[in-house]
Amino acid sequence: MIETIVKSGMQLVLILLIAPFLSSMIKTLKARLQTRRGPDVFQTYRDIFKLLRKGMVIPETTSWIFSAAPYVVFVTAILVGLMIPMTTTHAPLSLFGGVLAVVYLLALGRFFLALGGLDTGSSFGGMGSSREMTISAIAEPAMMLAIFTVALSANSTNLSEMAKVAVSQSWKFLAPSQMLAFSALFIVLIAETGRLPVDNQDTHLELTMIHEAMILEYSGPYLALIEWGASIKQLVLMTLLVNTFFPFGLSSDWTARGLAQGFLYYFAKLLVLGCFIALVETSNAKLRLFRVPELLMIAFILGSLALISTFLFI
Amino acid sequence: MSPFVVGASFALSVASYSTGAVACLASFRRPALARHICCIAALAGAGFGALAAVLGILRGTPLRFSVSSGIPLFSYSFSYDALAGFFNLALAILAAAVSVYSLSYLKEFEGKRNIGFFGFLFNVLLLSLTITFTAADAFLFLTAWEVMALAAYGLVTYYHEDEETRRAGLLYIIMAHIDVGCLLLGFALLSQASGSTEFASFHGAVAQMSSARQAAVFVLFFLGFGIKSGMIPFHIWLPAAHPVAPSNISALLSGIVIKTGIYGMVRIFFDSLGGVPSWAGLLVLVVGVVSAVLGVLYALMEHDLKRLLAYHSIENIGIILMGLGAALIFRVEGHPQLAGLALIAAIFHTLNHAIFKCLLFLGAGSVLHSTGTRNMEELGGLIRPMPVTAFCFLIGAVAISGLPPLNGFVSEWLTYQSLLAGFGVTGGLTRILFPMAGSMLALTGALAAACFVKAFAITFLALPRGTESRQIHESPRPMLIGMGFLTVACVALGLGATWFLRTFDALTEQLLGQSVGNNLISGNGLVLSAGIPHGGTVSTAIIALGLLILLAPAALLVWMAAQRFATKRGPAWDCGLPGLSKENEYTATAFSKPLRMIFSALYQPRREIQAVFDVSPYFPKEIHFESEIEPTFEKRLYDPLQEFIVWFSSRMRAIQAGSIHAYLLYIFVTLILLLLFGARP
Repeated sequence: MIETIVKSGMQLVLILLIAPFLSSMIKTLKARLQTRRGPDVFQTYRDIFKLLRKGMVIPETTSWIFSAAPYVVFVTAILVGLMIPMTTTHAPLSLFGGVLAVVYLLALGRFFLALGGLDTGSSFGGMGSSREMTISAIAEPAMMLAIFTVALSANSTNLSEMAKVAVSQSWKFLAPSQMLAFSALFIVLIAETGRLPVDNQDTHLELTMIHEAMILEYSGPYLALIEWGASIKQLVLMTLLVNTFFPFGLSSDWTARGLAQGFLYYFAKLLVLGCFIALVETSNAKLRLFRVPELLMIAFILGSLALISTFLFI
Repeated sequence: MSPFVVGASFALSVASYSTGAVACLASFRRPALARHICCIAALAGAGFGALAAVLGILRGTPLRFSVSSGIPLFSYSFSYDALAGFFNLALAILAAAVSVYSLSYLKEFEGKRNIGFFGFLFNVLLLSLTITFTAADAFLFLTAWEVMALAAYGLVTYYHEDEETRRAGLLYIIMAHIDVGCLLLGFALLSQASGSTEFASFHGAVAQMSSARQAAVFVLFFLGFGIKSGMIPFHIWLPAAHPVAPSNISALLSGIVIKTGIYGMVRIFFDSLGGVPSWAGLLVLVVGVVSAVLGVLYALMEHDLKRLLAYHSIENIGIILMGLGAALIFRVEGHPQLAGLALIAAIFHTLNHAIFKCLLFLGAGSVLHSTGTRNMEELGGLIRPMPVTAFCFLIGAVAISGLPPLNGFVSEWLTYQSLLAGFGVTGGLTRILFPMAGSMLALTGALAAACFVKAFAITFLALPRGTESRQIHESPRPMLIGMGFLTVACVALGLGATWFLRTFDALTEQLLGQSVGNNLISGNGLVLSAGIPHGGTVSTAIIALGLLILLAPAALLVWMAAQRFATKRGPAWDCGLPGLSKENEYTATAFSKPLRMIFSALYQPRREIQAVFDVSPYFPKEIHFESEIEPTFEKRLYDPLQEFIVWFSSRMRAIQAGSIHAYLLYIFVTLILLLLFGARP
């Protein structure tokens, strides 16, 4: 009991600190790749800090749902973060929710954020909510297929169990099923975190916004919660990707040395994946909205192939 | 003591419903009295029913009793076991909520409609449902089944002056009788083999049947019960009939009446028949997947609030059938533990869906009661005048979307776990079907969430869209109590799932010979597990607690900011136009537009835009927009079938020439043929 709380507290600090860093690091990298100077890697911290010290303007048309949404987004993202193994194979709360709970808790956050977008009564919010729910709905089966591929080889949907099995066979990522599942999940990561070529985090061009349109009316601390929550969600999905497919360096216990080593490995893996994301974002143009389903269909087919190859090579 | 109490409360529940029915009919000239009798009798029946159900579930061992009917050969025999208990529990919860709700809801009818007759049908419906869930004899079962269909018909066509209602009622009664026909044939085949109409006697009979006959029995029952539960492609009556009924009746129809089909499947496939053919489970699983995905896809295109909910019933029946199909497969393959997991998932989802669908229909009923329209495009902003209804509807929406920590999540989680477990069980290509079904369940869940974002936000949030001709008001207290009760049930079954799932032990022991419920509980009774070593675990209670605890720091951050600056209310960004109005708002049609484009192969959408302008096409004076999707099943399947039946009937007219000589000849030929048959040794 006490142990779980202490571990949760430690992981909570890690999540809250690392997530904004990762967001701004990708931004910096993208800028450098596009031969711009760009913001430095601490910009997101400054943004959040600034927003937390601002006053808020809440649209007159809204109800309590608008105010509840930022809390739900933030809280679900953190809770999910506590269920995922980050530096060790054992996540603090993994007993209380496996990978299905992770997916559905993120969906809960999205559900309320979409309601918040529609609550303003302006077309932008509705447009963003509609698109966000559509894209996440068609990304869901691909995500589940990729997750099932890993869950089936671990015979569990418990993330700690999955991590343990992954560690015991750490070169398994070379297996075709794992590589296919990784590719599928990577496409889903791009779609879920609102990155190019699906959505563009940096644009506020009226007709192309998806996530940004939904949160257009949020300001001050609410916006801070949403932005922080979004960066934590991104961290969670990236962690899912790096730790289930490349479980190197995951420490098996909560000793100081294990944690330090686990953290270094984990951080390095995140950096590599972040570079990869920046590269993908820089080298791709945004897709038309109705081309996005084709991309997600590719993810679905990759996921199906991953499953079929598990079935062939077991 | 206990068997007597179960039997007595069951009898009292039946007696309350019967008395209520008769008394309502007798007092039809005094509407206020009839309304009170109707609701109080139903509430009493529900109370006794709940007592019987809880004791019946806890007791475990089946309680059998029969009442002589006075007719030789037939006696009314009942069996109250755990399965009957679970369905009766769902019925009692719904009946209680709906009767309290109706106390105010029916007030509107006073002086306009015959409340006595309504109360009669309402109580008869509840009575027939109670008996359907407890009958231990095919004859009694079919009688109750038919009474239920007729009572439901009377209630569906309660607004009979409406053309749409009459058409929906006709479609419903035709489909209901096709299903009774299938069941009749199925029971005839079974009782021919066993020599008795008692359910208990069927058990050994199947083993002696030829495999073709076994297949025929399975298909007949699957069709019969499937039509009742609204699985695709036999669903067309459901979105027609459920919305046109009074809303409290829609709640019962979608909540519990369609679940009689699920009850029938579990009763016949798991209890009465020793086993079903091995392909049967696969068929059920595939039909479940198709129903779930298509059901939610059609729901997304609706902007009639009640039709949208009706399509979601098809979706959820699909999810239940996935669990049932998986359970059938596991049982044939010899994995009673997994079969138990899948069966518990299916029955728990049945109960959960009953509760949140009833809640949502009652919420829609409150909206209809207050605004007078079911069309979401004319609603909006109702959260301000109707805060309690909006909150209850929101909880129902979160639950039906399968989001944690509510009850819908628990049963969908169990369904996922049983599907994942199926991968290792079957051989060959069929095993890939399980994770595929799982991914389709994920698609269904995500689309359902999108649909309920639409349903809730367009109805309750932002600005009102229609012209407000009526004073919009919060529903009267009894209606709120009815909804509040179901809201509490959604939360309680979600957070207390581990506590509730223990009670499934008796059920799985009876149907599969193994107690499974307890294996699903671990970690001090707080954690739900898949029952597989190192398998998946989840705890909705801890999730809810975690969310609450983490809320504190978030609230603190916002509070600290609010200390520095006052929070201001300002207008939303309106692109510099003079203020937001209802024309700026996103509509339900617009919300589902991306999905309409993506799945256009299924919907075959058609749209028509006519603009009227004077000078330039950029400044239209008025725009006429029309959009519809193709009702594929009606057009491709049922229209040709109907044409064939009409054609065939017109051919048959040839033998009905109207000549008395021809008719005399028919009688003579028939007589000769009968004599020939009779004379055969």
